[in-house]
This record gives sequence, C-alpha cells and structure tokens, in this order.
Amino acid sequence: MKRILLGTAALALSASVVSAEVVRMGTEGAYPPYNFINDAGHVDGFDIAVGNELCKRAALTCEWATNEWDSIIPNLVSGNYDTIMAGMSITAERDAVIDFTQNYFPPDPSVFVGLSDNIDLPHAVIAAQTGTIQAAHVAETGATLVEFATPDETVAAVRNGEVDAVLADKAFLAPIVDEDSELMMIGPDVFLGEGMGVGVRESDTELKEKLNAAIQSMKDDGSLNELIEKWLPGAATF
Amino acid sequence: MTSPDRNAILAQLNFARSVPRPVFDFCTDPSLLDDLPWLACYLSTGKHMAFYGSFITVLVLLAITAPIALAFGFGGAMAARSSFAPLRWFGKAYTAMVRGVPDIAFFLFVPIAMDQGLEWLRHKVKCPDWDLPVRQGNDFVVCDAAKLPLSSSPQWVHEGYGFALAVAAFAVVFGAFAANVLYGAMQAVPRGQVETGEAYGMTARQTFWRIVVPQMWVFALPGLSNLWLILVKATPLLFLLGVEDIVYWARELGGSKTSTFTYPHSDWRLYYFLALLVFYLLLTQISEKIFGRLSRRLSHGQATLGGEAQRKAAV
Amino acid sequence: MSCWQTVQDYGLRSLGIGERLLPKADFTLCQQFTLIGSGMLWNIYFGVLALGLGFFMATALALGKASPSPLIRKPSDWFIFLFRGSPLFIQFFLAYEAFVLLPRNGIDIPLGIVTLTAETRWLTKAWAGALIVLFLNTSAYAGEIFYGALQSVPKGELEAADAYGMTGWSKFRRITWPTMLRLAWPAYTNEAIFLFHATALVFFSGFPAWRQQGDALYYASYFADKTFNPFIPYPIFAGYFVLLTLSVIVVFGAINRRLNRHLATERRSRLRLRPQIIR
Repeated sequence: MKRILLGTAALALSASVVSAEVVRMGTEGAYPPYNFINDAGHVDGFDIAVGNELCKRAALTCEWATNEWDSIIPNLVSGNYDTIMAGMSITAERDAVIDFTQNYFPPDPSVFVGLSDNIDLPHAVIAAQTGTIQAAHVAETGATLVEFATPDETVAAVRNGEVDAVLADKAFLAPIVDEDSELMMIGPDVFLGEGMGVGVRESDTELKEKLNAAIQSMKDDGSLNELIEKWLPGAATF
Repeated sequence: MTSPDRNAILAQLNFARSVPRPVFDFCTDPSLLDDLPWLACYLSTGKHMAFYGSFITVLVLLAITAPIALAFGFGGAMAARSSFAPLRWFGKAYTAMVRGVPDIAFFLFVPIAMDQGLEWLRHKVKCPDWDLPVRQGNDFVVCDAAKLPLSSSPQWVHEGYGFALAVAAFAVVFGAFAANVLYGAMQAVPRGQVETGEAYGMTARQTFWRIVVPQMWVFALPGLSNLWLILVKATPLLFLLGVEDIVYWARELGGSKTSTFTYPHSDWRLYYFLALLVFYLLLTQISEKIFGRLSRRLSHGQATLGGEAQRKAAV
Repeated sequence: MSCWQTVQDYGLRSLGIGERLLPKADFTLCQQFTLIGSGMLWNIYFGVLALGLGFFMATALALGKASPSPLIRKPSDWFIFLFRGSPLFIQFFLAYEAFVLLPRNGIDIPLGIVTLTAETRWLTKAWAGALIVLFLNTSAYAGEIFYGALQSVPKGELEAADAYGMTGWSKFRRITWPTMLRLAWPAYTNEAIFLFHATALVFFSGFPAWRQQGDALYYASYFADKTFNPFIPYPIFAGYFVLLTLSVIVVFGAINRRLNRHLATERRSRLRLRPQIIR
C-alpha cells in the first residue's frame, strides 16, 4: 500500500545544487528510533538523518514518502518512490527482488522481549512484524508466529499477554525495555541479516553507485558512527 | 493486518506544515508540565493537527464521492433500462456485481487495476518504440514518461493522484449500489403517468426526462439515504487504500510512545478509537435527521402514503 | 508437485492442518485456488455462526424495541443505534482493543465460597473475538429489520388469533412470529449476504493472524503482495464469494418458499434479489 504522507519533508538540501533530479525516499515511519513520525508530524529518526546526509553528499534533492511496511518493496518496484530507507536488513530473499547499497548500519542483533525470562522459546507464542526477517526466523523455528502490521502492535501484544514474547531489532526494543519495568530481554541475541542497506530498484545502478559513494564517505570521516551513537546508543559501529 | 499494494495514496490535507510552532507558549518543555497543560500541549502537536485534518479528508471524500457515485448509478440504471441489449446486459451486470462480491475486494482491486491500466495506455501512446515487455516477471515496468504521476511531480500531485484513485474505487462500488436503487425508483413511477405523457405525444426520451426523472426521487430517497449511511460507514476502509485517514492517525497516535517522543505515553488506542466511534455515530445521526426532513419535503404533493398524510394534516 | 498434492498440503491450511510454511516462491495457480479456498472455511464459519446466533438475538431485540416498557425498549434502541450507526471496521478495532485490556490472568468472579476465574485470553483471538463482534452487529441490523416487520404484521391476523383464544406465547409462536419472519425474509436475505461479505474484514481489522491462518482475503492479499500481481488472487477470491452468495440465495430462497407455502401461488412474495442494501 502506498502511503505517502507528510508532504512535509521536501528537503531542498543543498541550495547551491541546481540539479532538478528529485529522489523520492520511501520509509515506514513507525519504527523508532530508526524512523518515526515525530510529534510535529514530520518523519524523523536515524534513517532520515542518514538519508538526508547522503542526499547532501550525493548532491540530490530528496523528498520523503511513507509507506506501509508490508507493501514497501512492491511500491519501490512499481516506481512510487526511488529508495527504501526503513531499517531494512539486507537479505538474500529481498536481494532477489531489489538491490541494496552497501550497509549503512552494521549487522545488529535481534532479541526476544517478554514479561518473564521463564519462557520455552522454541515452543512459545512469538509476535513479529509481517514480512520482517524476524517473522521469517520465527516461522522456521517451530514457535507459534503471530503477525502484526506495525512494530508497535507486536510490543502491545506482549504487554497484554496475548503472546509470550516479541522478536525484533535490539535497537528498537532496548529503549522500550528501559522504560517499562515489566518487560525484559530473554535469551541470547539472535543474529539475522547482513546489516541495513538502502534499497533501490535493480535497474537504478546510477543511483545505487551515488549512494554507495556517499555511504563510503560517511564511513570514512566517521560521521556515520556519530549518527549511530546519537540515535542508537550502545549499538555496534563501523 | 496485511494491506496489499494499491497505488493509492492519500491526500493528506497537510496541516503539519501550517503549524510552525506550538499553539501554546508554555509548550516548550512538556516534561515539566502538570497533567492539564501537558494534555493541552499534547493535543495541539503538529501530529494531532494532522489527525484533526484527516477528519476533513474523510468529509471531503464523502462530498466528492457521493455525487460521482450518483452519476455512475444514474448511468447504470439507464443502461439497465436500455432497449439496446448489450448495453442492458452491461447495466444489469454492473448492478449485480456488488451483490456477489464483498466491496472490500473492489477497494483492493480497482485502484491498482486502474493505475496499471492508465499507465499501460500512456505507455502505448508515449513510448511506441519500447520493445521490452511491460510485465517482466513480477515487475510492472512502463517507460518513465508514462508513469502516473511522473516521478518528478511534486508531492501534492502524488497525494492527489492517490486520493483520486480512492475516490474512483468508492464511486465504482457505490455507483453500482446507487444503480440498483435508481433502477427500482424509475420502475416505481406509476405507469399511468408515463402513459399520459405518451398520450400527449411525448417521445420516450421526453417522458423519461420530463416525467420519470422528476418523480423518481421520492421513491429513490429511502434507498439513497440508506446508501449514504453505508458510504459513511465504509470510509474507514480508506485506511486500507493507503489514505491517511482518521483510522491511520488514531493507530499512529494511540500506540505507546517511548521518550524518543516529546510526549511519551502508554497504549492509548482505545481512547482514540472511542473518539472515532463517537464521530461516526454523530455523522450517521445527523445524516438521518437531514434525510428525514428531506423526505417530508419530497413527499409533498406526491400520490404516496406520506404525501397523503401531509395533505390530510394540512386540511 | 501435482495439484492434488497441493490440495492435500494446503486444503486445510487455514485450520492449521497440513504444511506449516506457506509457499514462498514459484506460486502456482493451483496454490492460489487452494489456499484462498482454504481461507473461505473461516468466512463460512464466521457467517454461519454469527447468523445462526444472531437470529435469536435479533428476535429478542425486535421484541424489545416494540416493548411498551421503556426499561426494555431503551436498551434495545441504544444497542441497535450503536451497532447500526458505526462502521463495522471501527467495531472490530474497538473490540480488539477492549478485549486485550481485560486482565491477562482472567477475571475472578466471587461466588460466595468458591471463586471462579474466567479465562479471557481467547477473546483476543479472531475465532472468538471477531465472531462476537459479527454476532452483535448482525443482531442489530436484523433486529431493526424484524422490528419493521413486526410493526407490519396485519391487525386482522392478530385479531383472528384472539378470536381463537390464543394468548401469550402460543399466539406469538404460531401467529406473530411466522408472519414477522415472512415479511422480513427478503430484507433478511440481504442482511445475510452482506454479513458474509463483512466476514472478509476480519483479518483486516485488528485481529492478528495466528500461525498464518487467516480467511480468504488474508491469503488473497498474501499472494497479491508476494507476486505483485492483483489480477489473479482477487478474481479468485471474488469467484469464491459469488459461489457463496449464490448458495446463500438458494438456502434462503428455500426457506422463503416454506414460509410462504400457505399462500396462493400468485400472492407469494418472490424473493427479490435486488431490494434494499443493508450494510
């Protein structure tokens, strides 16, 4: 489902660049701190901060659009926007349909969060967001998968006892666990995926190269690590 | 909940942009505020303004869809009465289709089918020398010039286009419902009236426009008012079309928020949905009142039970 | 893999019988027909049970609304207003949110010496929670239809019943109720059709899918999302629903004939297939 909201974020990034090329950046807007809609009604978060910096370095004019997670790839493919920056992990299955740039966030663990650590994970009822690497992982482990459309609903399902635990990115769950004394992380970290990359259409090699170069320059001068530390304290850096 | 790909988007009347700074001066640091001022600040954030604006989105959709659906319905009913057989079959098939298949299937299908259909047509016209197939495996690929809207278009064009697709989906479905109602109403105009017209030498076209159409509304009104209520109650499905409607914002705002946000709170979705419930109950209630009044006015002077009752009361 | 093999693997997938993982690539037409058909089992389950239970509740509501006592009339009025005046979609959302708020350990009901603990977790599952919403919803709509029919029961029939000395329950059971049903039946058939259509909303509406078991639309949209091609799964879904609608019309038509069997042929009201749209 294409969901372009917030016309807000028409970010004319570098005024000096006359380039008329507008790159439409697709994100979900429901996965803090990666991407979310802040109280002012604008998209915000780690993905957005990195994306804006990438656009600046690649001299592109960028505009943010939000789209529901479950159709975020189809709508990239059909051209409703040109990139996906939505905390999306690089996986073989996705790579078959779209292309990814090099990762802009290193492989980061996922973790189970529940109300007690006394849970038999392989036989428990586990919530995950539809179409995520975590959902695919749960479906294969033999645990009972319960799918939700948004990340927020997966956590709500743990709080109200509908499921035993949720599996999601650690950086997403960590602040939630910190602020809710009832919730706790269960078991060891789970490593899935190859880090997060910017998704682009397979035919868009030029854009992909521009973004690759920009990501490399951010890695080289350490500014990417700064953003990681700002938005995702405690997470792995490059 | 899955929500399939429709190329629909939403027209979000963008209130966020028009609110550059907090509505209240004391909102600069919400974490220091007491409950009441905190709530005032919370309810006046840019995000809430977008939520309030989405109520207008819903009303705008209703205001645009209703007349278009009525026009579709009128066309469908005329087609179903046509003496030209293929046109008649088309009209009958159109009116029958909504009875067999849930409206939700049309809402999911019509926007994407229309979008791809239009792009395909433009592709044929604008890029005649394109030799790759349009359907490549899973991808639907048309040349850049045929994209709808063009990827270089400003954001509001993308939003408007998505909204238009949503309106089209609603109009197709509710047009079929309206065709049912109007067909019945046209048949209900007393045969004697039409015969009288014919006796005066009117043609079929003249009797239709001068006798049937002016009189059918009183018979159509109960059905149409019912239809309006159904349309009102179908608007939350906009959410499934990717339009940022009140359901979208209620879910977004109601979900629990950590201190990444300026106004952290627990899961408040229940309250937001209660607010939506009240909104819809009010909307249907007000509509019913208005239709009741309209029905009394239309019955005036009609040879129906209602008209007769009015006549007696006046005597 | 032969199509028959696919049917064996996925035919009852929506109930959790057969292959555990859904197909992930190389989707065949056969898989789409089988899985979407499998999901139809849920649509039928919701439709049949909600209608079956709702029928009695609707009768009660119609009588309640016609009651001279405001203590009975007002609650019936409000119930009907609440469920007819708001979208089913919102009702699903609200019900789900309300059900998950129930204490997760169950509710303690003190019964003197023993305390009964009512388990509440099952309410958040679609098979129970959505069924309750559909049941209440159809009760309200059908209640309004039955109320309208009740008001149009011919006075003569009631007077004739009085003349035969019938009173109370026997008068209701033998005269009022059958006539009410006969008058309400065409509209009630419509309600039944639209209730079946409404079952397509269940997994689109806040009730999560467990173990990837969902209704027909859940699988149809699964395929539409995976193949990026809506032109196959949605028409299949529509085809199944046309069949379901036709079955409803056949069954309700048979009941209609039975309700009208005492009337002279030309006076029987034929089941009109196009009248009001209810939902």
